[in-house]
Amino acid sequence: MVAASWNYRAPNWRWFMVPMRGNGPWRLPMTKRNRVLPGFRLTLGFTLFYLGLIVLIPLSAVFWKTSSLTWSEFWHTVTLPTALASYRLTFGASFLAALVNAFFGFIVAWVLVRYQFFGKTWVDALVDLPFALPTAVAGITLASLYAKAGWIGQWLEPVGIRVANTQLGVFVALTFIGLPFIVRTVQPILEDLDPELEEAAASLGANRWQVFWRVILPMVTPALLTGFTLAFARALGEYGSVIFIAGNIPLKTQITPVIIMGELDMFDYAKATAIAVVMLIVSFALLLSVNVLQWWTNRHNSTSLA
Amino acid sequence: MTPDVPTLHLPRRTGRRHSTSESPFVRRLLIGVALAFLSLFLFLPLVSVFTQAFAKGMGFYVHTIVDPMTLSAIKLTLIAAAIAVPLNCVFGVCAAWTIAKFDFRGKNILLTLIDLPFSVSPVISGLIYVLVFGAQGWLGLYLNADHPRLPWLANWLNDHDIKIIFAVPGIVLATIFVTFPFVARELIPLMQAQGRNEEEAARVLGASGWQTFWRVTLPNIKWGLLYGVILCNARAMGEFGAVSVVSGKIRGQTNTLPLHIEALYDDYNFTGAFAVASLLALLALVTLGLKLWVEHNQAALNEVEVS
Repeated sequence: MVAASWNYRAPNWRWFMVPMRGNGPWRLPMTKRNRVLPGFRLTLGFTLFYLGLIVLIPLSAVFWKTSSLTWSEFWHTVTLPTALASYRLTFGASFLAALVNAFFGFIVAWVLVRYQFFGKTWVDALVDLPFALPTAVAGITLASLYAKAGWIGQWLEPVGIRVANTQLGVFVALTFIGLPFIVRTVQPILEDLDPELEEAAASLGANRWQVFWRVILPMVTPALLTGFTLAFARALGEYGSVIFIAGNIPLKTQITPVIIMGELDMFDYAKATAIAVVMLIVSFALLLSVNVLQWWTNRHNSTSLA
Repeated sequence: MTPDVPTLHLPRRTGRRHSTSESPFVRRLLIGVALAFLSLFLFLPLVSVFTQAFAKGMGFYVHTIVDPMTLSAIKLTLIAAAIAVPLNCVFGVCAAWTIAKFDFRGKNILLTLIDLPFSVSPVISGLIYVLVFGAQGWLGLYLNADHPRLPWLANWLNDHDIKIIFAVPGIVLATIFVTFPFVARELIPLMQAQGRNEEEAARVLGASGWQTFWRVTLPNIKWGLLYGVILCNARAMGEFGAVSVVSGKIRGQTNTLPLHIEALYDDYNFTGAFAVASLLALLALVTLGLKLWVEHNQAALNEVEVS
């Protein structure tokens, strides 16, 4: 089996002690591990087949469709004023929402890990609500809460703060959906922190604030960054929870997915796809950075344990 | 939660605060800030869904729910979830078995590819299926041109009146795509942590491959699997963006529950929209409750294993 040839090492006399499989220079030792558990080819085969059918082939259609545009057509489409305004809004609101979530999400995670209070189990479970609540439900609910006569809107309106149909509304919706990402990435790291490190710092004379700033925060930073990036990435693509509260005014409150949707409604698939490519490239870059961050977190933790 | 410090050095309740905890004031302040933030952003919206759903009374609520349009949306949502969840479940188990029990090159790439649908905007998730199956898409160019390249397939689809985009199959495909990673993501770390010793022992003792899976692996991963299925189902029933692109939004035919909510909302039938939304909010609450229950069982299982 050539596929396993990466296992190959320089011949060693010990190999002749174990059964061999295959012919020629790529003869491999049949290790016990490979022999005992069945189903490798079947499960890997099905995994790759399903992945290709559902994800890879359809996704590649985006790049196929874009190639029907010339470079200048593509560039013209993705730099239309409405598109540029939507990038600014989508990026800005997503970034701010992730930032606000990083701050409050950290406090929520801290409180859930370190303190006891009434109803903690329920509060902990409720944090996942934005994952569980369908985005359309979140969308109409936020829109009605922040409308002029809404529960929250009626208090903000007299102060001169308008949320519904403004960019602030986009930010509010993105904050709602991003919260669990921060809490759920920071929480396990806070739980695993070794109390001895804090005790050591305290016994060496550090006050509580110094311990937090110099000992706890540096250890949580990779997780916080991962959570931030996940929340940011999710916010960039968000559609359902935003459209109801944003009002989708061109150049003002149109997020990028709404632009794509608009082109689709006009059956202009090439244009829609061009803008989708821009979003996909950004999302993939973020996915890559999450993986790098995760790797960094793992390394960070393993060195701190050693 | 104060860490265990030997009472010899630090007797409790000395009035002085513990060196590794905050003063009561800071503690209360942080709890207050956290609860205020959560109430404003999570609790208030949740309460408002149910309040507004019953704003015109029980009669109107029931009237909206038993409306044929709503019932057909419920039916379609259930069908989409009933197809997408089992398929992704089988895929998740297969992927986790391959990745956790065997070593092969490119495993990290495979892991990243499995996560891919999470990083794709819902609107784009729908768009890609339009590009594959739509009239201007890959398959469309093969089937719908003046001289279709696969005439037998085009004729067969026409004869049986099978449409993919702006019809139920498209909705199902988009739902499968957006819920693709859920089960796999739950199972892969779990099965990696459990290793392969138990399965190898079962095999050495003479169990067949299927016996090993059903009697050894499945009992170990059942809570993780259930957890993944619950999350997958919640997303499958609640997906809006992707489904909205491929559905065509024909009322009573290709509207799922979230799309039906949008339709009612756009008709300024706000109470009706919230009545339907309350069904999905209830689903979310059930999901959270089940999640809590599964986590509790998982923790109990781990404790048994440790002790």
